[in-house]
Amino acid sequence: MEKVYERTKGIQEDKVSGFCPGCMHSTIAKLIGEVLEELDVLDRTVLVEGVGCCGLLMDYVSYDNTCAPHGRACAVATGIKRTNPDTICYTYQGDGDLAAIGLGETMSAANRGENFTVIFVNNGIYGMTGGQLAPTTLVGMKATTAVNGRDPKEHGYPMHMCEILNQLEAPAYLERCSCNTPKNVRATKRAIKKAFQNQIDGKGFSLVEIVTSCPTNWGMDALKSLDFLEEKMFKEFPLGVFRDR
Amino acid sequence: MGRVLMKGCEAIAEAAVRAGCRFYAGYPITPQNEIPEYLSRRLPEVGGVFVQGESEIASVNMVYGAGQTGTRSMTTSSSTGVSLYSEGIAFCASARIPIVYVNVARGGPGIGSIQPSQQDYLQATKASGNGGFQMIVLAPSTVQEAADMTYRAFDLADRDRNPVLILSDGVIGTIMEPVELPPAKTEEEVKANKESKRSWACVGHKLDVAHRSWIQPGTFLPARLEERNKAAAEMYASWEPEAEEYLLEDAEIVITAYGISARIAKSVVDDMRREGKKAGLIRPITVNPFPYASYEKINYGVCKGILDVEMAIPALMVQDVKMGVKGRAPIETCLCSGGNIMRKGTVRKAAEELLLR
Repeated sequence: MEKVYERTKGIQEDKVSGFCPGCMHSTIAKLIGEVLEELDVLDRTVLVEGVGCCGLLMDYVSYDNTCAPHGRACAVATGIKRTNPDTICYTYQGDGDLAAIGLGETMSAANRGENFTVIFVNNGIYGMTGGQLAPTTLVGMKATTAVNGRDPKEHGYPMHMCEILNQLEAPAYLERCSCNTPKNVRATKRAIKKAFQNQIDGKGFSLVEIVTSCPTNWGMDALKSLDFLEEKMFKEFPLGVFRDR
Repeated sequence: MGRVLMKGCEAIAEAAVRAGCRFYAGYPITPQNEIPEYLSRRLPEVGGVFVQGESEIASVNMVYGAGQTGTRSMTTSSSTGVSLYSEGIAFCASARIPIVYVNVARGGPGIGSIQPSQQDYLQATKASGNGGFQMIVLAPSTVQEAADMTYRAFDLADRDRNPVLILSDGVIGTIMEPVELPPAKTEEEVKANKESKRSWACVGHKLDVAHRSWIQPGTFLPARLEERNKAAAEMYASWEPEAEEYLLEDAEIVITAYGISARIAKSVVDDMRREGKKAGLIRPITVNPFPYASYEKINYGVCKGILDVEMAIPALMVQDVKMGVKGRAPIETCLCSGGNIMRKGTVRKAAEELLLR
């Protein structure tokens, strides 16, 4: 019988995902693995994990990886890529990591046009620490540190990283996608592939934002989370290509 | 190449390049700006990389990343900037990434002043970050030593896969002195050094889960972390302290100081000896590990007292001196702080007072 599908070599053979039901991290890790395999760069790839659920990828990927202090992934990646330009380097960061504690590192690496890839997973909440207010939490959305929901008077408004980064001259590629439907999963894979191809071609800073759900901390089941994603999150964070040079 | 006249900061920068440093990231702060300025010009000449980080936090993390590729890497700052290194240095220590950093210390606490000071002793020697890790901390008292120690620091960092700190100050950083620079590593040597770290370097490996590079500054498993910390403690215990022990045999007064204060103190010892007054000096060269054993060499039968000289108020190194002296002689302090430079006359006066006891 013809083999039409197999697990990517980018994920360890014997590993079973331990992410929560409805979480999209495992889908994204798979897509990244497939892309790296298709581009034939798995043996020269380095993953720089952010802190939080993103860091759990360390237990699944089959290739070189390191862990940055919370928020510092883009600085660590700068050091790795600048001293080893042949290495394919990407950061994998959540919204608290990339847009709150690491905002300075993210903006500055993008502004320098660093030639690495950023995979930004935006679920609007802190996952691993248990549902605290994130820079991307929607107005009115409840968090364990904002029990009455995000109040613009107190917390400001959700931050839109693709739009903010699009103000800079240097970035090569900025796209926001999601993994809520098979169609969007395929689109996300295309975006991830482009972001890595850009790095191989030396085009500079490429970021793919993936808007996802966090059923556990949103307090919903996986299916309701998908509805919330489409009805609320996409309204705040519209999908699309912001920059493609 | 013979001796050249150089500022301390520039000598540190050039010595780093000669030691094979090929990555530097740093953020401007006085009084060490000559280091990034020098390296921004010099590193590209040898195929190295200079990045002006957007902060000390970013800079130390760039160096943490660069060190992971096996590249000899350095960052430098001053006091309040070094405080921002804490997290990154702790990550380097935990993940066993060899890097070198320099503190050209200034007055504190906080933003303090831009003038020289020795107020970062405890931060440098006891807790440069969280988690109880230790580092070899070298304290130069001349520009020559600053260059030599920087050069050597890269070997120590590689040997231990641990960060090494040069604890300097604004005097050493900014004075100009003749210095004989260490020999420059050849490009072949620099490449071979990087290649020697290939097995663990995080640069990509043939797909083999067991042998991939997995840099782990932490783990979810307490038992594993405890084992790692035990191994690190054994390494710390293996380090040999270094000190200059000067004219101790018959010394009735022993001055103890490190870095620039020690240099000033030594000239006081020489002046007193010329007048037949029996003074001696203990100068810790490694302030961590601290040379407690040097204080065993004091002749407590004739020693009237120990004078701890520091550009820090309150006195900081004196805590270690007490542990070395173990109550066998009285300890007095001679101190200044906030950016004031220790005066020879002040040290002399304090030493004479102790002698009169």
